[in-house]
Amino acid sequence: MGDKRLDRAISFPFRRPGWSAGRGPAFLERLPSSPGFWRSPVRGVRFTAVLGLVLLAGLTLLFVTGLLSYAAYNPDLAPVNDKTPGKGLLGFYLFAWPTGPHWLYRLTQGLHVTVGIALVPVLLAKLWSVIPKLFTLPPARSVGHALERVSLLLLVGGALFEFITGLLNIQLEYVFPGSFYPLHFYGAWVFFAAFLAHTGLKLPRAVRVLRGGRLEGSAPGEADELASPAPAVPTVSRRGALAMVGGGSLLLLITSAGRSFDGPLRQMALLTPHGAAEPGSGPNGFQINKTAAAVGVTAADTGKGWRLTVGGPAGEIRLSREQLLAMDQYSAALPIACVEGWATSDQWWRGVRLSDLAALAGYRDRPPAVLVESVQRRGAFREVALRDNQVRDPRSLLALQVNGEELSLDHGFPARIIVPAAPGVLNTKWVSRLTFGAL
Amino acid sequence: MSGKAGNRVNPRAVLRRWYGEGPLHLLLLAATFALAGWAGVRLLAGDTFAVAVWFIGSALLHDLVLLPLYASADLVVRRSLGPRSGLVNHIRVPAFLSGLLLLMWFPLITRHAVRYEPYSGLSPDVFLGNWLLITAVLCAGSALVLVVRTVRSRRGEGRGVQPTAVRGDRPRR
Repeated sequence: MGDKRLDRAISFPFRRPGWSAGRGPAFLERLPSSPGFWRSPVRGVRFTAVLGLVLLAGLTLLFVTGLLSYAAYNPDLAPVNDKTPGKGLLGFYLFAWPTGPHWLYRLTQGLHVTVGIALVPVLLAKLWSVIPKLFTLPPARSVGHALERVSLLLLVGGALFEFITGLLNIQLEYVFPGSFYPLHFYGAWVFFAAFLAHTGLKLPRAVRVLRGGRLEGSAPGEADELASPAPAVPTVSRRGALAMVGGGSLLLLITSAGRSFDGPLRQMALLTPHGAAEPGSGPNGFQINKTAAAVGVTAADTGKGWRLTVGGPAGEIRLSREQLLAMDQYSAALPIACVEGWATSDQWWRGVRLSDLAALAGYRDRPPAVLVESVQRRGAFREVALRDNQVRDPRSLLALQVNGEELSLDHGFPARIIVPAAPGVLNTKWVSRLTFGAL
Repeated sequence: MSGKAGNRVNPRAVLRRWYGEGPLHLLLLAATFALAGWAGVRLLAGDTFAVAVWFIGSALLHDLVLLPLYASADLVVRRSLGPRSGLVNHIRVPAFLSGLLLLMWFPLITRHAVRYEPYSGLSPDVFLGNWLLITAVLCAGSALVLVVRTVRSRRGEGRGVQPTAVRGDRPRR
């Protein structure tokens, strides 16, 4: 951008004559800092521009769906829902997450993770296409150029940091330094800051070079600092290289998209967590986020002695499972949709409406938010808060049965929450206590 | 800015002289660093050093290790096949796709993700087999395409038609 103008207009103090590109001593020609070091005929501004535009659309989608996922947790409702309480202004856009359409989070988070997976080869190709610029000398032509290169470190580091933490998190490989939520959330904002500047500075040129004509070659007179001055014999055309990258995205899409559905589609998701197989068969055979054993829930916690405590202005009421089954039972067909990007198809849940339990607690109409507690001993979401719109939705249940059978222990026996369009972790399993209006 | 531009100091020219870029560039980067700084302080609030290492290290690891590694592997394949070989893409494409899958899913494929089984109730043992299966299918597919192209090009040569199979791969100069 603006290189020619710059060369003409200024002689910047940092500039040294011996450093001008490609005209140093002979040994410099063999270093990556020399443009002649990079031989691939595929590189060129047009190739980079195509990848850049795909990333512009794709990463914008990832950022927006990521922000939506954060909003879906209702972090401003209660501290237990918010893993990034220091967000301040970054929560400016938060809103009450709706309960419809009931597949909303399944869609937004499925897109976030699945599109993210499919974009990996595009990101790698983009970084490959501009690698000669990393080594250009002088390292900075001007103060502005130096600052831009620092912002590029935030851009590249931020993009890789987000993809790596995301990919590790969905594989339950928690090796990153800290909790996933703050790392991925704040990392996204650092990345996005650099992404904005990069888009502002580069988009006009990307559009210009792509309007300029064919993908292959470069027009005479067009400055193309990414094209090799001494290209090797081509083994693949630019179109072919893009096809290879697109093939990688397609392969990733085929081997991962099915994890948002039950049945044969999931079996096609051969290489993604919660893909390929179901944990069991029959009515309770669908995907489990965390098993009872993993969070320390035993049969003793959930056996005959289990009681649900419902708290509110009417005082505290303790209900056995038999008493809950004696209340009016309702059904709702709702999915489990996880922040990790997998989801089940709609399951047929049956149980007591949350609004009926709120009425027991003393809120006959317009029930407020509720704090839900689980018997589970471990896990970041042992307690969660559900907003009033979630409590009031007639499909929001304290489910006792699923697909015509009792809940299995791994799906939350004796009772679990199921709320339309809510992230999976807000659908608390092994519920022990509901406190209405306590937030 | 007025008619007597020659005598007055032009702020744009001063900016160009000392900053090297235009005012839009400066504004965009100022906004970037303000927002990145605000979020970055919070990103680094926990284990500051380790997070910084992960953030900057991921860029360095990619640029200075991963990219040179796969570029060198590509070079080795090209050199060993010779300059006039149309074979290179028949190795490059399946190797790229298989390597990409391994790079992304190695915690599951190598069974390093030890939480996966107890948390999800699913066995991670399927992933190594699935990856090998996909790799085998990709290699077989690539070989099949090569066979078809070779047969076609031989038939084409027999009829005096230009061989289509190697048209795109054969060196042009």
